[in-house]
Amino acid sequence: MTMTQKILASHAGLPSVSAGQLIEAKLDLVLGNDVTSPVAINEMAKKGFKDVFSTDKIALVMDHFTPNKDIKSAENVKQVRIFAKEKGIKNFFDVGKMGIEHALLPESGLVISGDAVIGADSHTCTYGALGAFSTGVGSTDMAAGMISGKAWFKVPSAIKVVLRGTLPEFVSGKDVILHLIGKIGVDGARYRSLEFTGDGVGALSMDDRFCIANMAIECGAKNGIFPVDAKTLEYINGRTDRQPRIFEADEDAEYDETIEIDLNKLKPTVAFPHLPENTHTVDEIEKIDIDQVVIGSCTNGRIEDMRAAASVLKGRKVKDGVRVIVIPATQKVYLQCIKEGLTEIFVEAGAVVSTPTCGPCLGGHMGILAKGERAVSTTNRNFVGRMGHPESEVYLASPFVAAASAVTGYICSPRELM
Amino acid sequence: MKIQGKVHKYGDHVDTDVIIPARYLNSSDPKDLAAHCMEDIDKNFVSNVKEGDIIVAGVNFGCGSSREHAPLAIKAAGVSCVIAKNFARIFYRNALNIGLPILECPEAGDEIEQGDDVSVDFDSGIITDNTTGKSYKAEPFPPFIQNIIKKGGLLSSLK
Repeated sequence: MTMTQKILASHAGLPSVSAGQLIEAKLDLVLGNDVTSPVAINEMAKKGFKDVFSTDKIALVMDHFTPNKDIKSAENVKQVRIFAKEKGIKNFFDVGKMGIEHALLPESGLVISGDAVIGADSHTCTYGALGAFSTGVGSTDMAAGMISGKAWFKVPSAIKVVLRGTLPEFVSGKDVILHLIGKIGVDGARYRSLEFTGDGVGALSMDDRFCIANMAIECGAKNGIFPVDAKTLEYINGRTDRQPRIFEADEDAEYDETIEIDLNKLKPTVAFPHLPENTHTVDEIEKIDIDQVVIGSCTNGRIEDMRAAASVLKGRKVKDGVRVIVIPATQKVYLQCIKEGLTEIFVEAGAVVSTPTCGPCLGGHMGILAKGERAVSTTNRNFVGRMGHPESEVYLASPFVAAASAVTGYICSPRELM
Repeated sequence: MKIQGKVHKYGDHVDTDVIIPARYLNSSDPKDLAAHCMEDIDKNFVSNVKEGDIIVAGVNFGCGSSREHAPLAIKAAGVSCVIAKNFARIFYRNALNIGLPILECPEAGDEIEQGDDVSVDFDSGIITDNTTGKSYKAEPFPPFIQNIIKKGGLLSSLK
């Protein structure tokens, strides 16, 4: 069995499972946000379900349109707030405590190695970085999970992604996953797992692993998962009293295909509109002028991302005519930015620093694009209209590239500034 | 059950951001959502679509975000069925869970054209293009999923 299959078998109470099998698995956590939870809560009420399966295995994170951008969003959060209180749900995260869900839950120790997690948000696959099985679902699946503590799954087959070597300077996890999506396409792993392995994994930081697993959905994958090593356990240590469970793929596990990536050869990579698979390395592109830069999101809003951006912006100024929005993903990351002097660097450079929110990533608020405008963003999607007007454009890149582009006003690598 | 309607044809990788842009996700009222369905790739969809119409598309329909608002918007717009070469997995689950009929059929996704008159027999999985006279057979659902559909959605199947 693959690593994913072993976790699923364990949660289904079965000695083994095979690809294509339909199973029912017990869940360690069910997640929802301010956009998806109201739909789940309404469905529960409509069908007459009153009780939740657990008060501590449900997490409700108010991160998308918060601090509330309009009256309807405020009403939605109010509905979830009341629901959480009524049901006694402990992990309700409101403004002040909330962060972007997929940065917040690992940081809070709510997901650890070996867990099975569903979330009514497509980027729930992020927790694969911890060696957990996690996948995005819709609101009705979330409702069923909150009621029963279980979910049905078709056991996925897998693609083995072997990472070799170490990343060069100014190349990060974002470039790894953009490279992979460019190679296999936005449906290249549809319904399947991406299982990352190889000697290159050990050299990747946890933040790089979170970023890579986060975008597994952008090639259609059900989940993306990393083996558990000393770095994983060190990350989890002190965040929870629960014991991580380590699952490893069998030596003879079957994979649909194997893809090798030599990390040493990767270059800063950008995905052009309007699909994450439209990738180009920065050194091969023509000069593309930009109007806005966004540094943040569940993909790249962690402390290392902030440090990477600050290392480029330190002592430099944002190009006239470019708007730069930096969004640390959680309150902890936000505070850390202040303590390390990163916030000062951003503000001195001419960027704005926002409190945690998904905001501009999905065209919600805090940086909507007008017709014809162009942004470089460390987020995860560049679909038509994703960040605003249907005739605006989003280029996906790493915090290094985004910060360097902020300085020059066109898409470039930090090397151009050195 | 049989349905018949006019086809609205789209290409590959129709994502949930164009099915219902996030700027409208501050509401989950199906009527509000239906009013903006597909507007970023097809401004005329909402004014053209009639009760019972059918969406036909290429591969990976519904990719991207997990928003259940996407199948809700399509259903509330009056669409009776989505036929695609294949679906992104979260959209597939969501459509079944909210009772929007979907069918996977690569040939139909290739050959059926915009504006064709199409009928679908859900019991047999036969799709007929009345404009061209051609018939197609959709992939059948596994029994486990048929049971969810029969019971009227996922939550009803939990009772």
